[in-house]
This record gives sequence, structure tokens and C-alpha cells, in this order.
Amino acid sequence: MRLRTFKKGIHPPGNKERTASLPIEVLPLPQQVVLPLGQHLGAPSEPVVSVGAQVLTGQKIAEAKGMVSVPLHASISGRVVAIEPRPHACGQLTPAIVIENDGNERISSELVSNHNLDELSAEQIKDLIKQAGLVGMGGAAFPTHVKYSPPPGKQIEYVILNGAECEPYLTCDHRLMVERSSDLILGLLAFMKAAKAQKGFIGVEVNKPDAIANLKQAAAGLPIEVLPLQVKYPQGEEKMLIYAATGRVVPVGALPIETGVVVNNVATAAALGEYLRTGLPLVSRIITVTGQGIPNPKNVEVRLGTLIEDVINYCGGFKEPPGRIILGGPMTGPAQYRLDIPVMKGTSGILVQTRAEVEKPDHAPCIRCGRCVDVCPYNLLPNYLGDYAEHDKLGEAEKYGILDCRECGSCTYICPSRRPLIQLIKNAKSKIMASRKKG
Amino acid sequence: MLETEVVVSAPPHIRQGLSTERIMWLVVISLIPAVLSGVIFFGWYVLAIIFSSVLSAILTEVIVLKMMKRPLTIKDGSAVVTGLLLALIIPPTVPLRIPMIGAAFAIALGKQIFGGLGYNPFNPALIGRAFLLASWPSLMTKWVWPVNSLAWAGKNADALTGATALGLLREGTTGIPYLQLFLGNISGSLGETSALALLLGALFLVVYKIIDWRIPVSYLGTVMIMALVMGQDPIFHLLTGGLMLGAFFMATDYVTTPVTPKGRLFFGIGCGLLTMLIRRYGGFPEGVCYSILLMNLATPLLDRWTVPKRFGEVKAVG
Repeated sequence: MRLRTFKKGIHPPGNKERTASLPIEVLPLPQQVVLPLGQHLGAPSEPVVSVGAQVLTGQKIAEAKGMVSVPLHASISGRVVAIEPRPHACGQLTPAIVIENDGNERISSELVSNHNLDELSAEQIKDLIKQAGLVGMGGAAFPTHVKYSPPPGKQIEYVILNGAECEPYLTCDHRLMVERSSDLILGLLAFMKAAKAQKGFIGVEVNKPDAIANLKQAAAGLPIEVLPLQVKYPQGEEKMLIYAATGRVVPVGALPIETGVVVNNVATAAALGEYLRTGLPLVSRIITVTGQGIPNPKNVEVRLGTLIEDVINYCGGFKEPPGRIILGGPMTGPAQYRLDIPVMKGTSGILVQTRAEVEKPDHAPCIRCGRCVDVCPYNLLPNYLGDYAEHDKLGEAEKYGILDCRECGSCTYICPSRRPLIQLIKNAKSKIMASRKKG
Repeated sequence: MLETEVVVSAPPHIRQGLSTERIMWLVVISLIPAVLSGVIFFGWYVLAIIFSSVLSAILTEVIVLKMMKRPLTIKDGSAVVTGLLLALIIPPTVPLRIPMIGAAFAIALGKQIFGGLGYNPFNPALIGRAFLLASWPSLMTKWVWPVNSLAWAGKNADALTGATALGLLREGTTGIPYLQLFLGNISGSLGETSALALLLGALFLVVYKIIDWRIPVSYLGTVMIMALVMGQDPIFHLLTGGLMLGAFFMATDYVTTPVTPKGRLFFGIGCGLLTMLIRRYGGFPEGVCYSILLMNLATPLLDRWTVPKRFGEVKAVG
């Protein structure tokens, strides 16, 4: 049988062996957490506590501001010591709530546990999704509840969980699917009920056979299908996953809802399941800490707001002076230049490359070999887009679909001239969006 | 705190191993069988021609880059490829100044004047050959038959002097066995005669995923169909002249050919049509060189006309 997949794409080395079979460890509670108000796409949350306040684990410390926003919860118990700009993975300082651990791990008594899915209406579940502070945990960090509020007239037929984990090195979703499948299934059932969807899918690349077997067992008898997917990047990209799972093609410029599908990460579903079971909102997540520069790679569950320095130290510190520190996977994760940035809701890993692994940023002219065209899953012409972007020909770039680029990085990975295509494309896209805003 | 410097760069942070440099050297390796075939059929002098051409290409690149105060790019191997390819498409009898001048022209006016690798509109080696053919028409059409060919040609051997197989076709006297055409035991440019050697090299390039099948297949296919339409022997046309070398090593040059899959098919078809039109009706018996150069000219247009449909693109209404 041919495995489900999408067209084109690349086959980077997986490099998942070091952590794929390591059980999730729980990181000891940190002394301090830094919780940025903008951990998600959309408007930053608004603080509802002030400096000096005592907070409990799971207590709401910032409220959603507007529709596309989510509340934020204290990830440890202790005292709010600051609400001020702090380093953020985006490279800038952004407002954050800083909590100092009191060491008692007092959990908020207002949390309601053991929700019964049968007694909840779709509307109630949607509200719970928002109250849990859920965002896409695969990296995009888009507020989850928004996806379950389709425009009038649109029906959601399928909920697809993304367990592809196509980014090299990362194994946090893999371990989650192996170790936390009951929460994951509970979360998926809740998503399906909220969406009034008839069927759920869980797409998993076949390089995780234990996860597939485990999920199949957990989903037995339920309207949930576990789909083994071909190992290929970017298999977990939303539109590619929808195509692989259902054969449906999301039109250019449209949202997945146009095809009657909503996609969530497996970690998001497991977080919802955990919330329904224990009442604990999104205060921790599983991340993979790995790379040649890390002596003891691990999958660890960490409280949100834990500084990456604490996480790296738990994994043995740096083996040698690091060459590059990446938050997330190597294909799309942003490189970092400091260690006092916090793990956030959308952080899936910390990857440390050695200096030997980091190529000099040299690049040669495009030789028009067409490899980028051969791999682009969106059927774009990345070489031309890169050229237009480089020479500020934004009109041409737009005409050739630069805004349809999802920045998966396949073109840049494959380029023999090492052209920084994604960087050029990103720059041009933000220029185009800025000029649109100006009107 | 982080006590050392780290690299901050845009993702992706991993790259596949194949570099432009490596591609060029793989192309050089793929041409070794063709070089050997040249030596076997035409003698050691062939190596002197190749050496002159490659050396001149490298030196010219160095001089031009120095003059323009641009960083030296010899290491990318593209000058070596140009020099080597040019040597393979000139007669095995030329004096050594011919490959030297040709390679210098190819690099200086075929490539560097446009900005170097990646910016040249025409295949530099073919530009070099076109220039040589226009400047020294008699030297560039002085053909010899391999010494070994006398064995199979027998008493007809006298008739072979001074023409290529395609030239003989014009005169209506072919009858060369397919096997000899395939092995390359015939007259022609020093590296173009042996289909066997060229196919070995092409296979290597396909296995290493250096070239796409589309251009060679559509090119060769069109030539065969055109031959049938014109009432000529398609196999003869396939195995003679510069077709094999052109289809697999010239028409697949990245810089001067389309990047889109459809554009590549049309490029090959265009080359095939032009080649056969020139072979049948042109002033020269062979048309591979000019066909590819003309299609190089059409490359930007082909790319524009064959922009692939985007994933999820809905057909424009009206």
C-alpha cells in the first residue's frame, strides 16, 4: 500500500534516534518563570495581577484581549516580582509577567477537574478551550478556540491531529503519542464535539511505529482514524497534512475551514484532554532538547516560562562552545543569541548545533538548477521569488505567489548555491504586508 | 548567561550536502568516458586539445575576474566544465590555438561579461564553438575518420575522407553500421561520436540526480519523430552528430535552460525541431549547437509561459 503523503517536499536526515525512545522527564520546578504576554499569534494578553501578588499554579494571570487572543496562567506558585519587557524568542524585549517560585507548588483551588464530555455542549467546550489558554503547540501558536468558531455557513467535517512531527530532531510529539495517548484521545473527542465533526484523524509519520500502534489501540471503537504518513518534510504543514489525510486542497489564500477541516497539533489535543481531566490549564509542555552540542539529550516536560538556560543545564549544559541555539526544529525554528529567553506555549524544542555544524553564511549566485522548484510543496518558483525579493520587485514577487509561501524552508535546504531564499522571501513578504497596511 | 558568540541566522539551519561545486565536478567525472572515447578513436593529441581548452578557460576566468576586481570563483568548477565541453565539440585535428581562443571567448564573452556563473543567457561552450565555426570555418570542419574505422569501412574507406556521417547523409551515401555509430567509431568532434560513452556519463548524471530526464527525452524523442516525418532513418539521426552530447550535456545546462518541468519539455521539443530542420534544410549538415543556442534565447519566455499552477490555485474565472 502506498503511504499517504503530499507532492514534492524533501527528505532531510531525521536525527531523532538520540531521543526517540527516551521517556518524558519532568524538569524540577525553576526558581523563576518569565511568562511573555505575547506567546501566541494575535493580541497579547492583558495582566490581571499586579507586581507583588501571590499567585497559585494554574491561576489566571492575564486575560485574553479580543477575539484572537488567549488567557495566560501562572505556571508555578509564588510571587509576581515584575511585569516588564523581557527577552523573547523573537529577538526583542516584550512585556512579560515574572513569577518567583515559593517552592510550595500550591495549585489553584478554583480549577474544576473531571469534566464529563457527555454533559458539555459544543459552546461550553469552545469556552473551555479558550479558558485553558490553548494555542497551536506545534510552533505557530495560533489561538485554538478561533479555529472552532467557523464563519457562518461553514461546517467542520473532520478534525485532524498533526502528529507528523516532520521537523528533524524533534521527538516531543512522538513521546507524547506514546505516553499520553488517553489525554490526547480525550482532547480530540472534545475538539470533535466542539466542531460537531463526524470524524477525527491523527496523522503520524511511519517512523513512529510505537506511536501509531499505541494510538490505534487507544482509538479502537471510536470515530477516529490513525493515518500512517510517509516520512517527508513538510508532512506536518497544515495544507499538506489536509491533502495527505483527505485529498482535499485548501484554495490559495483560504483557511483550512474552506475544506471543512480543522487541524490541531497532537500536543494541543493532549493539553485539552489534561485540562478536562485535571482542570489544570496550559502551564507546561513537553520539549525535546537535543543536538550535537547537548551532552544528554532528553524529552522533558517543563513549566512555561522556564528559561532555556535552566533546561539546557538540566541536560548537561553545553558539550562545547555552541555554534547555534535554535528554538524548535532546524527547518523553521528561530536562532537565539541569549539564554534568558523562556520556553513558551509554541516552543517544541531546543536544538544546539556545534560550531562545526554551522556553515559559513556564504552563498553563490543562483545557477537555476531548479531543485527548489522540484521540492516546493506549494508549486512556487522559489528561485524567481528570491530574485524578485532581493531586487525589491515586490509586484512581480506577489504576482508569482510569494504570499502563498508558508516558509517551510525546503527550497533553502536543497539549494546547492546556499541562497538564503526563505530569508529573502520573508523580508519581501513583510514589506508587502507593511505597504498593504499603509493602504 | 551565554559567554560565547553564537551564529544567529534565518532558518532553515540545515542544508543538504550537494553544493554547486560538487555538481560541477560530478559533471566533469561524467565526461570521462567521452574523453576516453576521443582518445581511443582519435589518438593522444585529443588530450592536448582538452588540456589547452580547460587551461585557457581557467586562465581567462582568473584574468577577467582580476580585471573586474571580483572574487575568484575558479573553485566552483564551472570554468573547467566549459573548457572541457568546448574541447569535446571541436574536430580532433585543430591546432591548439583553436581551443585556446575558443575557451577564452566562451569564458570572457560567453559568461563573465554577463556577470559570471548564473547570469549567462547562452551556453558558454556552445557560444565558443559558434564563434570558432564562424571564424575558422575550414579548420572547424576538417574531419578525420578513426584509424579503426578503416576496418569496417573496407573498400569504401576512401569515400569517408573529409566528411562526417551527417555530411555523408547529405551526399546520399551512408550505410554505416549502427554498431559503429553507437560505439563512436566514426568521424566527428572529438568527444561527440560515441553514444555509448556519452550514455554512460548521462546515466551517471541521472543516478546522481544532477540532470532531469525531461530535456534529453523530449529532445531525442522529437528528433526521432521528425526523422520519421521527413522519411529518414531515426536511429541514424539519434546516433550521429552532436546530438547525444548536446541532449545530455549541453541542453541540460542549468543556467541556460528553463527551471519549470513543462518549460523543460518544451525546451527539448524546440531543440529537436530546430536540429532536424537545420540538418534537413540548413547550410550545415549539423544543427545541434545552433538549436540549443536558439532555445537558450527562449528560456526566459518558456519559464514565464509555464509557471506551474500553485497548490490550491483556482482557475481564474473568465
